[in-house]
Amino acid sequence: MPAVNLGLPSVGPAVALVALENGKTPSTEQAELAELHHLEMAAIHNGSVASVHSWELVTAVDGPGTRMTLFLSGCLLRCQYCHNPDTWKMRDGLITTLDDLVTRLKRYKGVFDATGGGLTISGGEPLMQPAFVERIFEECHKLGIHTTLDTSGFLGKSASETLLDNLDLVLLDVKSGLHETYKEVTGRELQPTLDFGDRLAEKGIPVWARFVLVPGLTDAVDNVDAVADIVARWPNVERVEVLPFHQMGEDKWDRLEIPYPLHGATPPDKELLERVREQFRSRGLTVF
Amino acid sequence: MTITEGVLSGDTSMQHGKAEFVSGPWQDSINLRDFIQRNYTPYIGDASFLAGPTARTTGVWAKLSAMFPEERRKGVYDIDAFTPSSITAHKPGYIDKDNEVIVGLQTDAPLKRAIMPFGGWRMVVNSLETYGYPVSPELEKIFTDYRKTHNTAVFDVYPPGVRRARNSHLITGLPDAYGRGRIIGDYRRVALYGVDALIAGKKNDRAELDMEPSTEDIIRAREENSEQIRALKELVQMAASYGSDISKPAQTAQEAVQWLYFAYLGAVKEQNGAAMSFGRNSAFLDAYIERDLADGTITEEGAQELIDDLVIKLRIVRFLRTPEYDEIFAGDPTWVTESLGGIGEDGRPLVTKTAFRFLQTLYNIGAAPEPNLTVLWNDGLPDGFKRFCAQVSIDTSAIQYESDDLIRAELGDDAAIACCVSPMRVGKQMQFFGARVNAVKALLYSINGGKDEVSGKQVAPATAPNLDTILDYDTVFANYLVTLEWLAETYVTALNCIHYMHDKYAYERLEMALHDKEIVRTMACGIAGLSVVADSLSAIKYAKVRPVRDDNGLVIDYTIEGEFPKFGNDDDKVDSIAIDVMERFMNMIRKHPTYRNAIHTQSILTITSNVVYGKATGNTPDGRRKGEPFAPGANPMNGRDTHGMLASALSVAKLPFSQAQDGISLTNTVVPSGLGHTKDEQITSLVGLIDAYTEATGYHINVNVLNKETLEDAMLHPENYPQLTIRVSGYAVNFVRLTREQQMDVISRTFHQH
Repeated sequence: MPAVNLGLPSVGPAVALVALENGKTPSTEQAELAELHHLEMAAIHNGSVASVHSWELVTAVDGPGTRMTLFLSGCLLRCQYCHNPDTWKMRDGLITTLDDLVTRLKRYKGVFDATGGGLTISGGEPLMQPAFVERIFEECHKLGIHTTLDTSGFLGKSASETLLDNLDLVLLDVKSGLHETYKEVTGRELQPTLDFGDRLAEKGIPVWARFVLVPGLTDAVDNVDAVADIVARWPNVERVEVLPFHQMGEDKWDRLEIPYPLHGATPPDKELLERVREQFRSRGLTVF
Repeated sequence: MTITEGVLSGDTSMQHGKAEFVSGPWQDSINLRDFIQRNYTPYIGDASFLAGPTARTTGVWAKLSAMFPEERRKGVYDIDAFTPSSITAHKPGYIDKDNEVIVGLQTDAPLKRAIMPFGGWRMVVNSLETYGYPVSPELEKIFTDYRKTHNTAVFDVYPPGVRRARNSHLITGLPDAYGRGRIIGDYRRVALYGVDALIAGKKNDRAELDMEPSTEDIIRAREENSEQIRALKELVQMAASYGSDISKPAQTAQEAVQWLYFAYLGAVKEQNGAAMSFGRNSAFLDAYIERDLADGTITEEGAQELIDDLVIKLRIVRFLRTPEYDEIFAGDPTWVTESLGGIGEDGRPLVTKTAFRFLQTLYNIGAAPEPNLTVLWNDGLPDGFKRFCAQVSIDTSAIQYESDDLIRAELGDDAAIACCVSPMRVGKQMQFFGARVNAVKALLYSINGGKDEVSGKQVAPATAPNLDTILDYDTVFANYLVTLEWLAETYVTALNCIHYMHDKYAYERLEMALHDKEIVRTMACGIAGLSVVADSLSAIKYAKVRPVRDDNGLVIDYTIEGEFPKFGNDDDKVDSIAIDVMERFMNMIRKHPTYRNAIHTQSILTITSNVVYGKATGNTPDGRRKGEPFAPGANPMNGRDTHGMLASALSVAKLPFSQAQDGISLTNTVVPSGLGHTKDEQITSLVGLIDAYTEATGYHINVNVLNKETLEDAMLHPENYPQLTIRVSGYAVNFVRLTREQQMDVISRTFHQH
């Protein structure tokens, strides 16, 4: 992370977080951690800055209208089909202040109003930096800007009640319906996502559920049925987006010199896509 | 005294036959705006009233369509190589006489091109030879020995600096060998008043001129006035040859459309202007159509048929041009630009059902680049119209948008677009078209002490070459300003020479006859390559740029170390450089007096010349390679705008219209899925995007909604895509008519995925 002196008091370091992110124990991370400016970590911890991968103004993909999608750095999952492996590590991001981002949001307020859009926080996993998400969503609501969180739900526990109070829409990735498949796809457990979805349902926060369809990995009939059953039990799900897997992320894996598990995998054909969409549709869900 | 006093006031009620139009000042003097404001009916509904094509429309279009493949193959369908074109030179021509509801062709047969030698004889010869037609020795003698052309005259007066700048591609595309165009006759006047009244008005003007002392200006004005009257008389003759008497006002909707078209036809018979734009006619025509619909003379189907048939005629306007010309202006464009929509000064939308009918032609007879349908966009336009426009864009990629607010604030609510992005008051304003300078090459000259980076020739005045090992921003920028000062002076000099001679040897008699006596003239300068300049200066400022020199010390390349902000990402660090350069160049231009006291303006527009300009320009400090095309218009360079289509557009929207009143062009391509899942969602998204862009003071946007695969397939199988239309820079083209190089350029542009 580029070092910037933010002049902030040192609060507890995010040691465990960074270590966990790399799938290592804290003790093996000491050397790396030493490089991290403790003030930066403190600032991330209190949410006055974020480690940002990039931002983009997008239309009709990450929620309604034209949105500023902010990609945060850092993710605990290692999805085989990830098309943004360059967002896995929090330390690879650019430290960006909340104030700078709020300035930009104000600039785009007119765009959001004209298009019915708003802010989407994606990643990476945005809930790796929950304090920041909480604060920027609060700012958004002060400005009258619609907020969306794009998450796997794995770190749903980190989302505070205040965060949820200022959240208008969740794009919830349900990466698989069967526990074993979920683990195979992501390297992690399914349960936290289910818990988070239940919590969103209780609070009545609208959800657009997403499911990435990868032939040979997530396309088994029972797996899709399981996803559809999960999603169907949440009354707050407004639509389901079945996203056909694509190979556009492969060159990023290559650049990062990480072995790409889905090399040579093919995107789903029309028939498969239609079968899966029908599995959702048959449960009365609106499917795209 | 009113200029048409005594001609109009007494007998208007009988002239218009039917239910009377609401009377007003338009009856006392030529005042189209007043007529429209008092007589048009705003339409705030949706597109559901529209009618499909009649069998007659489909039949006429099918006849023409059968001829297009041959035209595409040969480059031209046919040429009349022996008859210099004039308003009356050719006999009447028809596509399918019995089935045309609107008649009139440029020559005696459809797609047969005429020769127009007054602009330049060499251009005629080159074209005829290219397409294998004979060159008449008699005409050759007339236009070389007896009659001087515009082209010859301009080269008689160019100073050496202009020739150097021209030969080194620093200034290109100048209208010194072809018609300047970008003049919109107020063709509506013929329909509303009839030609007799217009001639009477011109005679009044003449009487005033006769009372003035005979200075050079007044003598020229008198001669022009005589030519205008002559042209109007010829126009009556030409219409008479088709069986219409246009000396009197049009009585019906059919006549209004026909009279209007005759007036335009006269202009394109007389002038091979680079852009022969049509004006802002939909609300005007709608007044006649509404009246005929009200008294039951026509049905909706009949009304649509009139507009469909008019548009068929506008689609086959053809000029004879050389391959070199086509290299700059790809795809055989004529810029029959029709401006639709907008909001009036009183707040009522100028949207009528006829604006919808013009857009409907893209469905009834398929997509096409001409007429260049241009929507004057405003977030306050009726929702039904906005959504129909967006739908048409998604389905056809054939229309463009310009900011109604910016144009109305400057020029009022009866302004139209000439060519791509040039706004002007109809009948009250014209421009002296000035193509553009290569601002990128100028930057390279300033690094090389005024020498050309490709030829090594001294083109600009010699200055100390830059000897730094790492380029210093302040030094480079200071030297750039010196080069630009020289360029601005040279440029205005060239344009003054050109337009002096164009007025003298290739005067647009009929188009100017359809203007007021006193008009505003603008001198329309332009810049190509602004985003390359901004990125290059940004690289020098924010990264380390080392010049690479050849054996003679000429800087021929650059190495870049580090990152730098790039234009097109809504980043003020670099966007401010682009603004600074354009503002400074505009102010430099303003220092130089213009022919006929034209008001200095500039455009950030390249048409398709971004390809040829790039071809002639060496490696640049932003990493662009020698020969690589510039971005079109004010676009960011391909692939460098990484924060989405709107962020890219918002960078362009920062360029101030006040410093580029001839227009700022942006072309964006988005894949359909990048706008949403369903058609309805896509329409909503596109409406929102255009709203957001124009509210951010964006001036112009071309919207293509296309998949890259479609274009790639069209390159392989052009026969399957005869009507595939794509917006390039201020106009649209048939994709399959572009050169391979231009097709590749279009495909390499950023396709915004979302």
